[in-house]
Amino acid sequence: MAEKWLWMLMPWRGCWSSRGKRDGQEEERHVRANDRDYNDKFPYADNHIKTSKYNVFTFLPINLFEQFQRVANTYFLVLLILQLIPEISSLSWVTTTVPLVLVLVITAVKDATDDYFRYKSDQQVNNRQSQVLRGNLQNEKWMNVCVGDIVKLENNQFVAADTLLLSSSEPYGLCYIETAELDGETNLKVRQALTVTSDLGADIAKLADFNGEVICEPPNNKLDRFTGTLYWRDNKYPLDNEKMLLRGCVLRNTDWCFGMVIFAGLQTKLMQNCGRTKFKRTSIDKLMNTLVLWIFGFLVCMGVILAIGNTIWEQKVGRSFSVYLLWDEPIRNNNVVFSGFLTFWSYIIILNTMVPISLYLSVEVIRLGHSYFINWDRKMYYIQRDTPAEARTTTLNEELGQVEFIFSDKTGTLTQNIMVFNKCSINGKSYGDVYDEFGHKVEITERTACVDFSFNPLSDRKFRFHDSSLVEAVKIEEPSVQEFFRLLALCHTVMPEEKNEGDLVYQAQSPDEGALVTAARNFGFVFRSRTPETVTLYEMGTAVNYQLLAILDFNNVRKRMSVIVRNPAGHIKLYCKGADTIIFDRLDPSNQDLMNTTSEHLYEFAGEGLRTLALAYKDLDENVLEEWMKRLLYASTVIENREEGLADLYEEIETGLMLLGATAVEDKLQEGVPETIACLTLANIKIWVLTGDKLETAMNIGYSCNMLRDDMSEVFIISGHTSSEVLQQLRSAKEHILGLSRVSSTADVEKTDEFSDDSVFEETIIAEYALIINGHSLAHALEPDLEQVLLETACLCKTVICCRVTPMQKAQVVELVKTNKMAVTLAIGDGANDVSMIKTAHIGVGISGQEGMQAVLASDYSFAQFRYLQRLLLVHGRWSYFRMCNFLFYFFYKNFAFTVVHFWFGFFCGFSAQTVYDQWFITLFNIVYTSLPVLAMGLFDQDVNEANSHRFPSLYRPGQLNLLFNKRQFFLCTLQGMGTSFLLFFIPYGAFCLAVSDDGSHISDQQAFAVTIATSLVIVVSIQIGLDTYYWTAVNHVFVWGSLAVYFAILFAMHSDGLFSIFPSHFPFIGTGRNCLTQKSVWLVIMLTTVACVMPGLAVRFLKTDLYPTLTDKVRCLQQASRKLRPQEQNLRRVRRTSSRRSAYAFSHQQGYGELITSGKNMKVTASTAGPSPPLSPSSPGRVHNSRSLIESTLKRKGETPVACVSAEAYGTSGTSEGNTRTQQTLMD
Amino acid sequence: MMASNYNASKEEDGHQPGAMGHGGAGTVKNKKPDNTAFKQQRLPAWQPILTAGTVLPAFFVIGLIFIPIGIGLFVTSNNIKELEIDYTGVDMSSPCYNCSQSYSWNSTKPCTCSVPFSLDQPFESNVFMYYGLSNFYQNHRRYVKSRDDSQLNGDKTSLKSPSKECEPYRTSDNKPIAPCGAIANSLFNDTLELYYIDPNGSRTAIPLVKKGIAWWTDKHVKFRNPGGNNDNLTVVFQGTSKPVNWRKPVYELDPLDPDNNGFINEDFIVWMRTAALPTFRKLYRIIHKKPNNMTPTLPRGEYILEVTYNYPVRSFEGRKRIILSTISWMGGKNPFLGIAYITVGSVCFFLGIILLIIHHKYGNRNNSAEIHS
Repeated sequence: MAEKWLWMLMPWRGCWSSRGKRDGQEEERHVRANDRDYNDKFPYADNHIKTSKYNVFTFLPINLFEQFQRVANTYFLVLLILQLIPEISSLSWVTTTVPLVLVLVITAVKDATDDYFRYKSDQQVNNRQSQVLRGNLQNEKWMNVCVGDIVKLENNQFVAADTLLLSSSEPYGLCYIETAELDGETNLKVRQALTVTSDLGADIAKLADFNGEVICEPPNNKLDRFTGTLYWRDNKYPLDNEKMLLRGCVLRNTDWCFGMVIFAGLQTKLMQNCGRTKFKRTSIDKLMNTLVLWIFGFLVCMGVILAIGNTIWEQKVGRSFSVYLLWDEPIRNNNVVFSGFLTFWSYIIILNTMVPISLYLSVEVIRLGHSYFINWDRKMYYIQRDTPAEARTTTLNEELGQVEFIFSDKTGTLTQNIMVFNKCSINGKSYGDVYDEFGHKVEITERTACVDFSFNPLSDRKFRFHDSSLVEAVKIEEPSVQEFFRLLALCHTVMPEEKNEGDLVYQAQSPDEGALVTAARNFGFVFRSRTPETVTLYEMGTAVNYQLLAILDFNNVRKRMSVIVRNPAGHIKLYCKGADTIIFDRLDPSNQDLMNTTSEHLYEFAGEGLRTLALAYKDLDENVLEEWMKRLLYASTVIENREEGLADLYEEIETGLMLLGATAVEDKLQEGVPETIACLTLANIKIWVLTGDKLETAMNIGYSCNMLRDDMSEVFIISGHTSSEVLQQLRSAKEHILGLSRVSSTADVEKTDEFSDDSVFEETIIAEYALIINGHSLAHALEPDLEQVLLETACLCKTVICCRVTPMQKAQVVELVKTNKMAVTLAIGDGANDVSMIKTAHIGVGISGQEGMQAVLASDYSFAQFRYLQRLLLVHGRWSYFRMCNFLFYFFYKNFAFTVVHFWFGFFCGFSAQTVYDQWFITLFNIVYTSLPVLAMGLFDQDVNEANSHRFPSLYRPGQLNLLFNKRQFFLCTLQGMGTSFLLFFIPYGAFCLAVSDDGSHISDQQAFAVTIATSLVIVVSIQIGLDTYYWTAVNHVFVWGSLAVYFAILFAMHSDGLFSIFPSHFPFIGTGRNCLTQKSVWLVIMLTTVACVMPGLAVRFLKTDLYPTLTDKVRCLQQASRKLRPQEQNLRRVRRTSSRRSAYAFSHQQGYGELITSGKNMKVTASTAGPSPPLSPSSPGRVHNSRSLIESTLKRKGETPVACVSAEAYGTSGTSEGNTRTQQTLMD
Repeated sequence: MMASNYNASKEEDGHQPGAMGHGGAGTVKNKKPDNTAFKQQRLPAWQPILTAGTVLPAFFVIGLIFIPIGIGLFVTSNNIKELEIDYTGVDMSSPCYNCSQSYSWNSTKPCTCSVPFSLDQPFESNVFMYYGLSNFYQNHRRYVKSRDDSQLNGDKTSLKSPSKECEPYRTSDNKPIAPCGAIANSLFNDTLELYYIDPNGSRTAIPLVKKGIAWWTDKHVKFRNPGGNNDNLTVVFQGTSKPVNWRKPVYELDPLDPDNNGFINEDFIVWMRTAALPTFRKLYRIIHKKPNNMTPTLPRGEYILEVTYNYPVRSFEGRKRIILSTISWMGGKNPFLGIAYITVGSVCFFLGIILLIIHHKYGNRNNSAEIHS
């Protein structure tokens, strides 16, 4: 509704809205370049985005409308209206109005500020500048960019809308983009324009004349797909995703490019992927709403009882009592039922305080306070990036104490996305560990001395290595070590960039590769420059030129890559690196011994969670090679089965390899990740990893962060390609698990119903299982008929890892668990690809820092490091939940005790809806007399301190089981409240029947009675909160005692002569406080009432903790005992990695990058700036390449890693066909 | 010493630019949260735990305090002399039976009846005379709100146009009622007189003091005659009408004592302080102790209560009583409080014992010993 309003206010919407065409039914999109009039015919969204809800004019109506959608607020509005009817008004309207207005105003202010910040951020994005071609290039704000516009993008600029790449500064219309905002991958992707359009170049006139029309798919959220056709000059050109620059991407290493806007604003794939912003409610919220409804029902019941009572009373007594009290006009005609009807409403008004309006307000305040505590927490502040934790939503805190499922992204969340060359095994000798003088292994920490690489002027200063023996080996020119690093320096597809002399930056396809090349660089084998046919190394300071004869590229099946090079001496060598199992199969038999040793080392490395690669070489004979090259050339020209042919050829030459050794690269986990995961697992939180990475990488991380272990009974890998295959795999996995547990728990064998009682089994499964599911299988598994099986199987497993998942799949998985498991879910991620999942989960957590702000902006909580999650959940979440529950328990108790007194009094006042208390007391009780102590409890209470919260993760369990506040607890607290109200009424009743004061005057009047009960009530609830408070800070003391003091102060003020003389009709209680509270008998009554109300609860509570202490009680005792001694050092035992997994290999992407290199496409025709790189190929005279480009991006990328990654392919699709042809040409040359 | 001082200052000077630079860097806003106990939730706090050591003694202490208080209250209450006479006239034998039967609102001739009673024990010290009503709903919502405090406070505009709350006792004969409302309208207007019958048969009227029966605040603050107390009330109340049930207008409630007339008539004030419960008693008169301490205030013997029966209650099965009572430090006779204290005290005490037994037999005395996390 709001949207429509706003759209009408925007002038540029008018042009199409008048046509009455609705969007949403768009089937095909027609966009004509530079033709505004044509494009305006269609209802295409412009580039203005709006996430804020209100504007100045609509704020009040919309906000009020929203606020009154809350059951409670409407309820109070109805009450307010009821109170305005004099016949039934049993309370003055002030009693409801004051709190209601207060609540509405505070909420409105909060909403307004929230929305203002959203508006500001929208404004900021909308007002970003971009260059638009309107005859000539003009600077325009983003929001004014329209579909069909041609825009110019410059390096490092954000793409403003989904645009079709037309031309770029790079050759062949290539351009590089970083898609971190979209999919979380930091590596560079290549986009290439159509040849016809790339010929337009930067010619403004030509571009302005460009009038191609694009017909394409309607807006959708598929990031990796685009289908369309460009019609231009009577030709048709197919368009795919490789030609699209999506909003949110950043242009890298490309000076400029031109693009044509296809989708804008809310219709861009980024915005379409953001999912709808849902208003998140906590389960406590929902419970509270239910309870309010119940209370309302209860209220109606009491109202009905009292109304019936009133009817009977009026009939029996009231009729005859009319001597002194005439019936009002409406009931004068003997209509006692009508009197009952009116009484019903009157009682509804009086008893309304059972659902106190201040409840909602207090809840909000408490949550806000908890949010601030999260923001203020120094232990969640990350000093390196100066990022404190931030609670971006203030309404979800207590749900943090109930999380059962965590869905975590991998890259950037569990890992730092930094690869570090950590260890290696060369010729049977392992390097990388540091030993002390006694030969003991030393744990490597920040302080461990690093190897000095100063001998090498080209070394990367950020590279750290601790084992100096490797450097010694290099220095003494041990041949195998030299060959090892030579291989690393040669066998890769990294692009070097050298801006200044010696200032080398590598652009790597995968971070792993970058790490390896960097390692070689530091150990004196500096990869300095490359051309399509040569590679130049600086080996220990001297330049050596290798002729690059072939790149046998990596792919997922081969799991290895090789290069064939000719060294200056003319020897031809094949260098190969790849997964150890693959390499070992292709070794020369003479390597057996070395293989065994290396294998041992590999086990060791893998056990530490390192990603390993085996390295091997082979000397090639000139003739053999020549013959092979010919066959290769032939194979690569064959159209049919080219891939297979090539693979066979590669296979043929990669045999009889000589093993060199193995590398171990650490995919650096964020600090404390395994410990955090272990701790959260102990807290019975299930952690699922959802990653866009491929299976092997994900598994590797699974092992290194201890989610997968060798002692797990079984790791199921689901990788079926059809839904039946997937179903079958899931079924068998499930049967396997259940079958085993059946055997082990014979008691349950009798279960006839096979799978319906899985929940029973879930608890009894002793063995640990893991489930790993691939993206394409997940797509099938998430279909409606399979999702239950998936869920059941997954929940039986200790660990679940989903790889190669799309952002939407992430959300689907979360949604699946969320809807079916009735459990609180939390999603944590750092990239834009996690946004949908973050928005879907009950709680979304964004890791702020590395990859843009999309995730953070969508999240409910954000902080810089994964490990803070532990503190967020186990400390803040637990406390929040505990506090909120305690608060609610007390709050309902308090209000029942306060309100139900009227019910009892009804039986003694002719069911006339007369209040027991002073009207002012009713108004102020909840918002003044009792609000602050309970707020203080809700804000500051701690049952167990933070150290023990970490130490005993099981303390988190009650939250998940929803034990602290549920319907049963609610009944208990209402019961207690009603008991208290019973005593509160009947003890003074007994005492006041006959009471006279000590000067003989009568004291049993209504006002004295009211004051006595009110005073008892305030004292009783104060004592009760004293008993409920576990953590008495000074604030609690001030508030509790202060409230009592304020009560008496206000009491005497209200009952004072002064106020009465100003407003005689509003303060009729004059003098009551004075006369009543000076009576000893009154105080005796108050004391008796207090004790009688408090003692039973105290006894019950004592018995409970004494006989059935909860873990919390025990920890509290322990805590108190230990506090008396001294603060203990408490730390979680470090989690040891015990995995001995192997065959992890360090390639991140499916298809290699070799083609692009050998084709030279990505290298610029510029004069060489550094390094001798003579033109070798006569057929490419102009290609004296030095990849000058690509540097800026890396330098700008926060300087974390020396390597950046470039990938020829994006979103899993393989390289362009044009690339292939170019490879062939090169080879033919 | 001097030298070192000098060096120090010089060093300081030398460091100043650096320090300033540092300060400059420091002003670049660091988002690190403050390390305050409040923000880090480390406020020093007292963390009490309910243990046997604290809870059980509390029960015993309360038991031990409450039982003596209860006994004290009970004894005190029992020592108070109280006499209650129901003079409603429900029974045929009752002296006021005729009056109660023949009551009509319009009769001008008051019906009187004499209720004889005897005191077995003399009443020492001041004796308080209450009238008690039963089944009289002074706490009914419509009744309670049917008054105008501004009018009673002497506000002249309210006098002329009383609050709507007074309906249907707001106006009569198009004149505003003063005092308006159902409460005032139903003012208790029986006249009670007490006579001592000497053994020789002669009646001695017992002096009943009618002032000092209302709360001071009511008499002096809450209730005020319009136009001050010294004016001629007849003039002040000109143009108002008396409440329907009343026999005489408000300015004739006590014509002899201007300090007890009009709105500040104490009988009226006492009535206007509505009772909390349908059975209540209100102070009517005080019989002061004789100046010479020798004779009791009300000696043993025969008495006669002379009732001018104006106030009908039989229609709604109400009862009228007269109560003569002495008082103590805790007020009038009130056995409930004493018994309640004794009960609660003993319950606490026994609960304490039971809890102690349970704690010893089954209790978890060393909670911290066995934590499995």
